Amino acid sequence: MCLHFHSTLSMEHALVSDAISASSGAFPDTHRSTVDAIRSGDPDVRRVAFDALARSYWKPVYKYLRLRWHRDSQDAQDLTQEFFARAYQKEMLEQYDRDRGRFRTFLRICVDHLAQNEHTAAMRIKRGGSVAIRPWDLVEIEQELSGMAGSREEDPDAVFHREWLRSLFDTAIRRARVECERQGKQTAFDVFERYDLLAPNQGESLTYAQLADEFGVPITQVTNYLAFVRRRVRHHVLAVLRETTTNDAEFAVEVREVLGA
Amino acid sequence: MMQNSRSKCGKSSVHEPVVTRISDRALEHLRRVTDRPDLSNTRYDLVEPLGRGGMGSVYLVHDRDLDRRVALKVLVSESIAPAMCERLVKEAQTLARLEHPGIVPVHDVGMTEDGFPFYTMKLVRGLRLDRHVTTGIALAERLQIVERICDAVAFAHDRGVVHRDLKPANIMIGPFGEVLVMDWGVAHIRGAVGTLREGGDVAGTPGFMSPEQEQGDGCLDERSDVFGLGALLRFLLEGISAPRPLLAICRKATAFDRALRYATAGDLARDIAQFRAGLPVSAYRETPVERAWRLLRRYRVPVALIFAYIGMRLVLLLLTGN
Repeated sequence: MCLHFHSTLSMEHALVSDAISASSGAFPDTHRSTVDAIRSGDPDVRRVAFDALARSYWKPVYKYLRLRWHRDSQDAQDLTQEFFARAYQKEMLEQYDRDRGRFRTFLRICVDHLAQNEHTAAMRIKRGGSVAIRPWDLVEIEQELSGMAGSREEDPDAVFHREWLRSLFDTAIRRARVECERQGKQTAFDVFERYDLLAPNQGESLTYAQLADEFGVPITQVTNYLAFVRRRVRHHVLAVLRETTTNDAEFAVEVREVLGA
Repeated sequence: MMQNSRSKCGKSSVHEPVVTRISDRALEHLRRVTDRPDLSNTRYDLVEPLGRGGMGSVYLVHDRDLDRRVALKVLVSESIAPAMCERLVKEAQTLARLEHPGIVPVHDVGMTEDGFPFYTMKLVRGLRLDRHVTTGIALAERLQIVERICDAVAFAHDRGVVHRDLKPANIMIGPFGEVLVMDWGVAHIRGAVGTLREGGDVAGTPGFMSPEQEQGDGCLDERSDVFGLGALLRFLLEGISAPRPLLAICRKATAFDRALRYATAGDLARDIAQFRAGLPVSAYRETPVERAWRLLRRYRVPVALIFAYIGMRLVLLLLTGN
């Protein structure tokens, strides 16, 4: 089997087109859940759903294997690919029972199961190969992992959850960036990136006045820029959550957990 | 990854992201700021979040025009329907007319830049009732609190508003003993179509919700709130050896069949007031002994004086033989 994934960039552009067309409302339209679509009898629907699911979870699974299972990069990459290949072939994900817990926990347990039962070198050879499931840039992920050694001692669920959160926001921000580029609002995104990503990353305390000075715009414009991009990030976060939850109740719980005060 | 690749801030390449890795700190920051309402088109500056309920979040905001702090509640329902905004405005207008010392006044209603309805209200500092009771208050004060809640709710009923979610967490006790009924977000307004709560038929909190609410009965009336008031009274009597008449008041207020409950919140308040005054209550038929005991307690001072007088005369009689 060979599963094809869009490249990250083209995928984001495609998704943003949909997002822009639906951006008039405060919330994303209700989509059929990706998790439900995986159970579809239509192979095309199933493949698209699986593709979306892998985009959402490839990175958290890989990082989880690196951090929690102490796998080296190649090993974690192979195992992650094998996980998604098995999930697709064996229809493992179709066994998910929403009454027994959240989907993310189910996935994490499946990953644990795979990592625990992976003993032989023969399996290692079997992994990878013809199956190319990697919607993310591995070098980029490794860079993200640098300096995260402290995470190795954390609760497995917490590690997986945090990486999933990071992946969720990463996706939303990428989509917002493409959107801003398309709408000629690159400065808005730059302001957002400077204030909401770079400054916290570097532990820097930045005021709106400093930001206005850096970008040569009025403070009110800084507020508008930030509000606009945050709104779009929120929109895309909700869209991804909608795609990866099975019903309204689960969606509401996830939203509260992700964005809750 | 991603560290700062721009030589000068604001001069980055258009197509290459500057930041490629979201640190834990940035992640928490993002979660916080993306959830905040966009108030850029309003006269309010967000200060800090105060709490989050089933329907929305409440923030402490600064009103620039009036230079004061108020509470702002913004709906964050994820399946918000367009008609809901219209309902919110209508409900806020109605609540704004509920000028009563036991009801938090609504100041303003509007829409955030990103399309979420909000309203502002007086900022109330104090303790929620469920926390207030842990401070060890006496029975008399507990009953007084319920009476004052009943007064506020009866006032709202008189203007066609049914609260529908009376519970300890929605009652605030102010620093000067003020009793305020909060969170009218799921209130039902007579004549209005629907409520603020999406899917609105089942609104309320288990344990404090009337049976008809639990069953999704669309024809709710004031007696649903009477049930909630009775549940509040029951909550305040927990752990206390309550007299039978008081328990009977509780039972009557929380009767399964609403026809058997007090017809109005005012009737319930009157029965509680009767009990506090040592008078018979409508919910309980007392025995002659209980009646005598109640009268003795109610008139204990004159009764004590009479007994003292009789005792004194008896003593005199024994001493003088006359």
